Amino acid sequence: MLSEEVKTRITQLKDRYPHAKSALLPALHLAQGEHNGWLSDEVMAEVAEAMGLPPAEVRSVASFYTMFHRQPVGKHLVQVCTNLSCSLLGAGHIVEHVKRKLGIEVGETTADGQFTLLEVECLGSCGTAPMMQINDTYYENLTVERVDEILNQLAKE
Amino acid sequence: MEKFLLRNVGIPNSWDIDTYVERGGYQALSKVLEEHQPADIVATVKASGLRGRGGAGFPAGVKWGFLPPGTYPRYMVCNADEGEPGTFKDRVLIEHDPHGLIEGIAVSSYACEAEMAFIYIRGEYEFGAQRLEQAIEQAYERGYLGENILGSDYNLDMIVHRGAGAYVCGEETALLSSLEGDRGHPKLKPPFPASEGAYRKPTIVNNVETLFNVPFIVERGADWHRSFGTEKSIGLKLFSISGHVNKPGVYELPLGTPMMTLINEYAGGPSQPIKAVIPGGSSTPMLPAGKLASLTLDYEAIAEAGSMLGSGAVIVIGEGACIVQAVERLAEFYRHESCGKCIPCREGTDWLYQILHRIEQGKGREKDLDLLLDICDGIAGKSFCPLGDAALGPVQSSIEHFRDEYLFHVREKRCMV
Repeated sequence: MLSEEVKTRITQLKDRYPHAKSALLPALHLAQGEHNGWLSDEVMAEVAEAMGLPPAEVRSVASFYTMFHRQPVGKHLVQVCTNLSCSLLGAGHIVEHVKRKLGIEVGETTADGQFTLLEVECLGSCGTAPMMQINDTYYENLTVERVDEILNQLAKE
Repeated sequence: MEKFLLRNVGIPNSWDIDTYVERGGYQALSKVLEEHQPADIVATVKASGLRGRGGAGFPAGVKWGFLPPGTYPRYMVCNADEGEPGTFKDRVLIEHDPHGLIEGIAVSSYACEAEMAFIYIRGEYEFGAQRLEQAIEQAYERGYLGENILGSDYNLDMIVHRGAGAYVCGEETALLSSLEGDRGHPKLKPPFPASEGAYRKPTIVNNVETLFNVPFIVERGADWHRSFGTEKSIGLKLFSISGHVNKPGVYELPLGTPMMTLINEYAGGPSQPIKAVIPGGSSTPMLPAGKLASLTLDYEAIAEAGSMLGSGAVIVIGEGACIVQAVERLAEFYRHESCGKCIPCREGTDWLYQILHRIEQGKGREKDLDLLLDICDGIAGKSFCPLGDAALGPVQSSIEHFRDEYLFHVREKRCMV
């Protein structure tokens, strides 16, 4: 269920742009932000209603972008970059370590719903590789020890 | 060397408007509004020789000159969708000097007579997007944005617009599709955005670093800009350097600086003997170590060496790395990022990845190399947008320079390293 606050914000955004449809990506970000980091068909249908668009159109646009998740994700979305510069500096080891530590494969979520592990493309942090993004935060210059510290800390939250 | 583009990076609270103004910020904007007509600024930027810093290197002033006279409204779009693997220079500017970018966009928007500017920033750069939004709010409060800027009759509205994860949206027409609320598919050119862009209105799309240069050029003059670089590759460039070097990071250097100067004197030297260097982001052909000794970082020299300056993202690959694995991973990237609109790219990138994966896993055949090159020919110049061509860079260049690594994989069914 979209909150009144988000619905109001979407209305404001529609007026902010020369064409209202430009508010769609911002609207999807807002909707995802208040639904545990993912977009169900029902939530997307509500976004469609707020935007004055057909639900199928909203699903079509959402499905194009990697940051819009149409299946549930864990509380902490662990996105490890494995593109070239990060791979050269050991991103593969980081992924293997996280898999072992959390007991999941890439693409899976821990049974307690806390962590989802994804491999992602270049995040523009090649100078501090290897690195990962968890939800909105970058964690750079990773070592296996730092990864443990970070995940252990997040598990407590 | 005195820092210009990076002058505020590392200064405490560099992102705050007070720090920015104290250090001379917003004087360029003030000067242009007081003393210059938009056409003057376009002429100055043309004369400066500033080329686009996103990767294509198209002269900025010339692009601005394509705006059809007398047609309004116009839009300015800052391309902050930095996604070319190896590139992280725009992020540094966005996070550490957001006002520098805002001023660059404002001066450029004035020159292009645009009263609305969008910063299309990749969704993953959430921290940077917030820094920009905070800085924009400060700029509105102080009268550097909004109506009647600094008492002039120029108005400018500036919006931060987040992407949501799509490398292809770094291509200007795909970016505009995404800005308009659609799937990020590129559009046919012509018409070029300057005549028909956002919302089918005249639009200029420029990279973060390109726009960031404009206040410097306006304040110090076209001749100042021309004092850096080479005859055809003019100005200062931010180089992102990563991979097997001891001090990866972003370094500001005049175009024409030798590659080995960047690697040895700024990036701390290689952390292992160099096998290959990608000079301008993953889409640019890789160069073997033997080609680096006298190579200079400018558009012409790198083109002559068989590659491209691109975004200036240098990736150093050491001898301990497997080239086949590196190319396989990049092929996976392009396949993932293909928007799917056109057959050559959609099918071609998928086949390139599948075959490279097979070779990497030890199930390759010698004729796979010809097959890969054949698929490359099926994409080259035939895809709807440059993403297809971009996918070819690593494949063609690695087969040319490191055929022995591929053959080793085929015959021995494992990595050479």
